[in-house]
Amino acid sequence: MANFQDKIAKLFPQATIEGDNMPMISIPDNQWHDLALALRDDEDCRMDYLVTIVGMDWKDSFGCIYYLMSSVHNTLVSVKVTTTDRERPMLHSIADVWKVGCLYEREVYDFFGIVFIGNPDMRRLFLSIDWKGFPFRKDYNEENPVSIENERQSDLTYNYVELPDGTVEKKEIEVFHPGDFVVNIGPQHPATHGVLRFRTAVDGEEIKKIDVYMGYIHRGVEKLCESLTYPQTLHFMDRLDYFSAHNYHHGLCIAIEKAAGIEISRRAQVIRVMMDELSRIASHCLFIGTYCMDLGATTMLFYTLRVREQILDIMEKTCGARMTFNYDCIGGVMQDLDPDFQKDVKALLAVLPANIKEYNKIFTGNVIAKNRMEGVGYLSREDAISYGVTGPSGRASGWACDMRKLQPYSIYSELDFDEITATEGDSMARFKVRMKEMEESAKILSQLVDNIPEGEYCVKVPKVLKLPVGRWFTLVEGCRGAFGIYIESDGSTKPYRLKIAPPCLPLAGVVDHITRGTKIADLITIGGSLDYIVPDMDR
Amino acid sequence: MQDLSTITDAIHSFLLSFLPGWLTTTVECVLIGVGLLLVYALLALFYIYYERKVCAAFQCRIGPNRVGPWGLLQSFADMFKILIKELIHLNHIDKFLFALAPYLVIIASMLAFAVLPWGNGLQIIDFNIGIFFLIAVSSIGVLGILLAGWSSNNKFTLIGALRSGAQMVSYELSVGLCIVTMVCLAGTMSVGGIVEQQSDLWFIFKGHVPALIAFVIYLIAGTAECNRGPFDLPEAESELTAGYHTEYSGIHFGFFYLAEYLNLFIVAGVASLLFLGGWMPLHIPGWDAFNNIMNYIPSVVWFVGKAIAISFIIIWFKWTFPRLRIDQMLSLEWKYLLPIHLFNLVLMVCVIIFGWHF
Repeated sequence: MANFQDKIAKLFPQATIEGDNMPMISIPDNQWHDLALALRDDEDCRMDYLVTIVGMDWKDSFGCIYYLMSSVHNTLVSVKVTTTDRERPMLHSIADVWKVGCLYEREVYDFFGIVFIGNPDMRRLFLSIDWKGFPFRKDYNEENPVSIENERQSDLTYNYVELPDGTVEKKEIEVFHPGDFVVNIGPQHPATHGVLRFRTAVDGEEIKKIDVYMGYIHRGVEKLCESLTYPQTLHFMDRLDYFSAHNYHHGLCIAIEKAAGIEISRRAQVIRVMMDELSRIASHCLFIGTYCMDLGATTMLFYTLRVREQILDIMEKTCGARMTFNYDCIGGVMQDLDPDFQKDVKALLAVLPANIKEYNKIFTGNVIAKNRMEGVGYLSREDAISYGVTGPSGRASGWACDMRKLQPYSIYSELDFDEITATEGDSMARFKVRMKEMEESAKILSQLVDNIPEGEYCVKVPKVLKLPVGRWFTLVEGCRGAFGIYIESDGSTKPYRLKIAPPCLPLAGVVDHITRGTKIADLITIGGSLDYIVPDMDR
Repeated sequence: MQDLSTITDAIHSFLLSFLPGWLTTTVECVLIGVGLLLVYALLALFYIYYERKVCAAFQCRIGPNRVGPWGLLQSFADMFKILIKELIHLNHIDKFLFALAPYLVIIASMLAFAVLPWGNGLQIIDFNIGIFFLIAVSSIGVLGILLAGWSSNNKFTLIGALRSGAQMVSYELSVGLCIVTMVCLAGTMSVGGIVEQQSDLWFIFKGHVPALIAFVIYLIAGTAECNRGPFDLPEAESELTAGYHTEYSGIHFGFFYLAEYLNLFIVAGVASLLFLGGWMPLHIPGWDAFNNIMNYIPSVVWFVGKAIAISFIIIWFKWTFPRLRIDQMLSLEWKYLLPIHLFNLVLMVCVIIFGWHF
């Protein structure tokens, strides 16, 4: 760690480095691109995974905080780049360094209006193209930002190029070629798993290009959180990836507890981890069912829903809800476990292996299923990292990216479980990794089910919770990948900025890359195997 | 075995006793048409119920059980709903072809009904190229599907129609070759003749190995011919929403829906005709007592029962297998089924020439 800090300091004398555990490098904008290349390629850094870009408005300046992670050294680093120009804020793009950067920069542009010089696709990402202003700016007070006219459909995107004399020129680029046959798959389509829209240019059955349109269920969760107190922000976590509601709650709770210095009881930790793993099994069960349905095998859905139903019953008894649980809270969990909890979990663990065996018998070995999935949608390890594809999809490409192992939180470091990885990188591998992850989750559950310690389930926390001034970043493992929470506090009861780094946004961003040249039917296979959840990417 | 032609002959002579010859033929045609429509509607309703129940059994469910005893009236209710639904008029479509397409599809399957051997003597028309007529008329259906997809002026329907065209034209070859193989064994193209030939033993036993190969290939190709899973690419729900009939509503959609089930019955009926003896009861040479008992079961029951049993296998496919991709489906036909079947045809000819069959 110190080694690479010295190196950066030597190479970029203008950079300032603060903090030791998760250092924050501040760098002027004109050197940022070089630093980015150095951070990615240098042997001591190898920061090849761009976790997220946090757009910021500090009132006197705009800026971005880039969170970078190394897949080799497992180190986290953040880089802060700012601009004081409030009229035409511009920063240099790093879309060519990390491929997922293109998407993240579009998000920052959408919310803060920061233009990224060199980004090949500088459009809005979530908001409609005729939205007035940039809503995340602190001085934003547009009364009626939504146009009452029909939304225009534009096939144009923009690229800002820096000329040698330092001026910036705006160039128009056509998204599709004039003669392309463009099919709209979505926003209402059975296989997009939500309101996601793929504008697909096809040549016969072959896909030439996909332009992903998002934001149909964008609710501005991050903006809403800025006007809510910390305990209130928790409720939104259920409504992002609704299948990993527990995991996301857990993530935000850890972030707030870390910031406020709250220690929670071991009983609460065990309960949280058990709930996380139960949701993981339920989520993967639903994945297998809907994925098979996407491929045309409708019957599998009913087989997998049986297990999911059992888990939802367990959740219902303890949390009182089957979908938006709102169970984890700051300081522990909302209420104590149901008396039947241990018995029910044991009953689940007893039937799970037989069910998994049955799924494999019905579907995995089927020759049609093999033909549809094997070799389809290949994603290499390098691309998976560069596109930020985490979770089971990233692990299927051979990237060990399980945050439970890389950044152990709660009691995961004490538990005995394996991180499932595969090397094939195709849809079949993504399917199988999830299948095996269910077994690993069951292993965790069986270690904990008889060892739930006595104690209080929720520690006392102040009624009015204020976080000290500062910034915190936490990563947890959701059911679909790494889920990051960034909190910046100005010392009040409400977050100054709460950024959610969802795993599903990069998953949707990689679709274009891996579907090029495949068939329309493969788009369904690939989209299904990535298993994105639209409310999670749109927020 | 009761010969049902005595009844039809009696009706014929009764009509002839007070009507001139041309009017008799006209009246008989109308009667047959009405009867056919009735059978058609009832069969479709039965099939909808049947498929839903079978599907439910595969999926650990109960299936329709609310409307009427055991949910028997469910498909009547569904059909009534489709009948009273609005036909939504679309702009920017080829209105004539759009309206014509469902009728083409349904006419194709209705014409095929004309030559099915419903029972002993109960066949609408029996002429020397009956099976040839069946292949010819069932090919009209693909025209309706292509028209439906093209005239809807929608990208999904167009892709669905093109898939369907490629699929049905390809698999018609295999179906045709299966029929040719069995016609070789029968030595006649007349449907009645083919059934008569199986009076001692069904073809699937008589032709043993080549007949068995033909039967398996026929089942695969037949499933593809009626656009059912795992070959339901033209209407692949998760890819093309509903494929070629996305834009249809009301009874026009109902026609496609009915035709799909009726095509299932026709494919199963032809399979029972070619391999399981049509209406012919199970006869085993030398077992006279057994054969006589079998003869007590009415011929109509034999035919419909066989068709439903084969339909069960096809429904089973649909609710078990995932869908194929278009290139895999075409390579299955052109690289595997067709060469295997060309070889099978030669094998069958050898079997016949050298008298290796039973």
